[in-house]
Amino acid sequence: MVEILKSLSVVAVGIIGFIAVLGGLYWLASQLPEPWRERARVAVFVGPALILLVGGLIIPSIVNLRLSFYTGNGLSPTKWYGLGNFRDIFTNDDNLMVLRNTVWWVLVVTAASVVIGIIIARFADKMRGEPIAKALIFLPTAISMVGAGVIWNFMYATKGNDPDKQFGLITYFWMKLDPILPGHQGPNYWLQDKRFFGIDSNWLPGVNTFFIMAVIVWIQAGFATVVISAALKGVPDDLVEAAKIDGATERQAFFKVVLPYVKGTIITVATTILIAVMKIFDIIQTMGKGGSFGTSTIANEMYEQSFTQDNKGRGAAWAVLLFLAVIPIVFINSRNQRAMREGR
Amino acid sequence: MAATLDAKSRDTTPVGSKIATTLSSRLGRMFVWLLAILWTVPTLGLLISSVRPERKIKTTGWWTFFTDPQVTLENYSGVLENKVYGLPFSHFFWNTVKIAIPAAVIPIVIAAFAAYAFSWMKFKGRDWIFVLVVGLMVVPLQMCLIPLLKFFSSDFFPDSWVGVYTIWLAHAIFGMPLAIFLLKNFIGSLPSEVIEAARVDGASHLTIFRRIVLPLSVPALASLGIFQFLWVWNDLLVAKVFGGRATNQPMTAAMVDMVGNRGNDWQLLTAGAFVTMIVPLIVFLSLQRFFVRGLLAGSVKG
Amino acid sequence: MVNLQKRYANGFEAVPGLDLQINDGEFLVLVGPSGCGKSTVLRMVAGLEDISGGDLLIDDVRVNAMGPQQRDIAMVFQSYALYPNMTVGENIAFAMKLRKTDKAEIKAKVAEVAELLELTPVLDRKPGQLSGGQRQRVAMGRAIVRQPKLFLMDEPLSNLDAKLRVQTRAEISKLQRRLGVTTVYVTHDQVEAMTMGDRVAVLRRGELMQVATPEMLYSDPANLFVAQFIGSPSMNVVRGSVASADPSGITLDIAGQTLRLTGDAAGRLSGLAARVGEDIAVGIRPEALEGDGDASIDVLVDLVEMLGSGKLAHCTIEAPSVRSTDTGVEISERNESTVIASLDPRHTVRAGERVSFTLDTHRLHAFDVTTGAAIGRS
Repeated sequence: MVEILKSLSVVAVGIIGFIAVLGGLYWLASQLPEPWRERARVAVFVGPALILLVGGLIIPSIVNLRLSFYTGNGLSPTKWYGLGNFRDIFTNDDNLMVLRNTVWWVLVVTAASVVIGIIIARFADKMRGEPIAKALIFLPTAISMVGAGVIWNFMYATKGNDPDKQFGLITYFWMKLDPILPGHQGPNYWLQDKRFFGIDSNWLPGVNTFFIMAVIVWIQAGFATVVISAALKGVPDDLVEAAKIDGATERQAFFKVVLPYVKGTIITVATTILIAVMKIFDIIQTMGKGGSFGTSTIANEMYEQSFTQDNKGRGAAWAVLLFLAVIPIVFINSRNQRAMREGR
Repeated sequence: MAATLDAKSRDTTPVGSKIATTLSSRLGRMFVWLLAILWTVPTLGLLISSVRPERKIKTTGWWTFFTDPQVTLENYSGVLENKVYGLPFSHFFWNTVKIAIPAAVIPIVIAAFAAYAFSWMKFKGRDWIFVLVVGLMVVPLQMCLIPLLKFFSSDFFPDSWVGVYTIWLAHAIFGMPLAIFLLKNFIGSLPSEVIEAARVDGASHLTIFRRIVLPLSVPALASLGIFQFLWVWNDLLVAKVFGGRATNQPMTAAMVDMVGNRGNDWQLLTAGAFVTMIVPLIVFLSLQRFFVRGLLAGSVKG
Repeated sequence: MVNLQKRYANGFEAVPGLDLQINDGEFLVLVGPSGCGKSTVLRMVAGLEDISGGDLLIDDVRVNAMGPQQRDIAMVFQSYALYPNMTVGENIAFAMKLRKTDKAEIKAKVAEVAELLELTPVLDRKPGQLSGGQRQRVAMGRAIVRQPKLFLMDEPLSNLDAKLRVQTRAEISKLQRRLGVTTVYVTHDQVEAMTMGDRVAVLRRGELMQVATPEMLYSDPANLFVAQFIGSPSMNVVRGSVASADPSGITLDIAGQTLRLTGDAAGRLSGLAARVGEDIAVGIRPEALEGDGDASIDVLVDLVEMLGSGKLAHCTIEAPSVRSTDTGVEISERNESTVIASLDPRHTVRAGERVSFTLDTHRLHAFDVTTGAAIGRS
């Protein structure tokens, strides 16, 4: 009880104090003579945001860029390393694996989420119970990656050799399939399996990575569904009717008329998911034990190097790499958004 | 006679293709429901397991619950008292509350002020600065983790602020570009004549902001608020980096620690996970309308 | 006493320079085609737009640097700009609340205004629940409750349907006369301008074409632009020339037909005497045809439109039309043009006939074909 009151008082003091400070500044600004008064008022309105952005994003980004050329331990590595961090990233096998994983992540999760989103949006449209079905698929969006990690750890759990004693649903089904499918479907510790169903390749991530990807598809598909569904409902009915009168079948009308019409939205959804996937971190922490068993990705590696291995220079380099990878995607997205605004 | 023939021949779709169409849409609907169920099963399994006795969880699948229902709340009382970093799990729940509410409100207030200024105040370089702010959406927060941490641990920054305050600050920073962008889109599209009418009526900027712009922006503020709240509530990375001592950490960090140290104690993990999820689920289910609207504003806006 | 004077020049030259004085208690209408800068002028007066040059004086005080809240003006916007989150009563009271007026006084004034504008039953409703006409009245109420020095109205009727517009037009005029507050009213509709204004200022591309009473604008337009802007159907203007001039009169040539002006008719246009042999633009109002007249003109009737109260005859005449454009004067390249005559409904003229309409030479107008300026008494 005491704890509840204490937390709530921190919340209240924080919010009220903050608003009081802003109000006080505005009052001070209003006491100034013109033309300073108007300028001071503008400063009170935009100042806090600009201070946060300059001090919290712009300057740190520059410092981080500089840091990526250094190596050493501690918060401020001092040994100049040139492009060494980047060279290490692109030559070391473990680091190449991180890059490989990230590429697979981006491709598989984005494609799967968007395709599932389109399929559901298409078939759920005007279906009875549409809102319920969509809400169920959308629900995981609200769940934290950590929570999702626990949920799916449980789904993938494996215990002993007896199929009937399994409490992980996936393992249970897998072992139950043994008599039906060719080969042997024995107990498998999915999340520690760095091979892909027995295939060991430098180009292919392990089954564990794909199983973790499934979790993010589970989370992102709802987002894709909701947004694409809204776009589909925005397609004018007479457009589809015109296509049908012109002799198009239901399927042709969908692929040739409806999909091109919502292309812009689909690109937006894809790029949004893409960027989110690039920054995937929490789920690797909960399900991949921080990137063990060959599951690490760029953002995870950035954290591990910076804060677990205490190699801040390398961590900074990973962050720079992430930044560089995001830029073209944002560029595509903003061009797409502009096209959407101008078209139609 | 001619007319009937004509009417018949106009319907050129062959019967076979019609059946195929109905069939495919029926299959499609079945597929949708299949996916909907598939999407729900994992969460449902967690929820059911969290109320089963420990012995049952560890030896049988949760789906056997339907033939052998045994319910207990022990898992929940167990997890709330379970010590993480020497403190009960419930402590971390309240940590999350302390972090999440101000970290959702403060950046939105700041962003709303800025969005108002970018829309309705005149100052030099206004549009140019706004473009720069929007451009900052490109910067992944990972770029800023180390330098910000360095700043927070430097002598300039009071040690006693590290913890909840630094987390608030970090969330405010990272949420700022998107918040300003979305709110500027909304506030800037309010009818300019209404703002002008208020100026002619003698209202100052703060009055216009408080009495006109804020009340009219409630839908936008609500969607953005829900977004930011869920993001902050569910965050792990920012809190882990900027939270300082382990006891300042939110529930997500405590949960990760439990996964690491008590990975096989499913009676604790299932109940704990559900505790972390309960508030977002309630917020999500009760305010889904706003949430969806916010999503759409960010992505389909034409 | 309102003394308003403005010179303005910016990169776009939206309003290159404007001198205008508005008298106390006057209803002045700013009228012009869209994009003529009339709204910009109004917004400069309101303080919503920066003034880039010149002086704006209200009651002999220079107010250029003052914000709108300091100028003691009230404005009615085209979209009404009601605060959607406040009730009708709160909308009307907002300005007084900001001035920290006594609560009881606010209440009394709001009630008084609501009574005047028949808004009492809807005082507690939000603007979204009102009809277009009611919203318009709330916007009016919000302005008059303040008893400002100056009313500014920016096309306040353009969002109403035609019938309501005519009715509201009269109400605003009556209200303004009753309150006696100086009013500047902006519209693109010349009928509104003519019916409402004590004086009307016609603007084109930010330049003042003429400011005068409605009667003067109609009977003595200062230039071709005003002549064609005011009046509906608009004035017929064709190219003609001055054939000869002597002390007893002036002879004009239009499409090979001669018109002889004598006496007063010649005196009004005596400036033409100096232009013998030159081309001029001759303007004839549709209403000046086929009434009392001292001359006649031959035309071919193409089409007759029955309006009920009158008939419009569209006729062809073998002379190029002259039109005022954004930049100056344009003479058509085709050697024939349409002339419209406004006739009595009982007139029996039919399409396809060649007729001779009588013409009142006292109502002829003449303009310079390059500048468009009216040619009058020399």
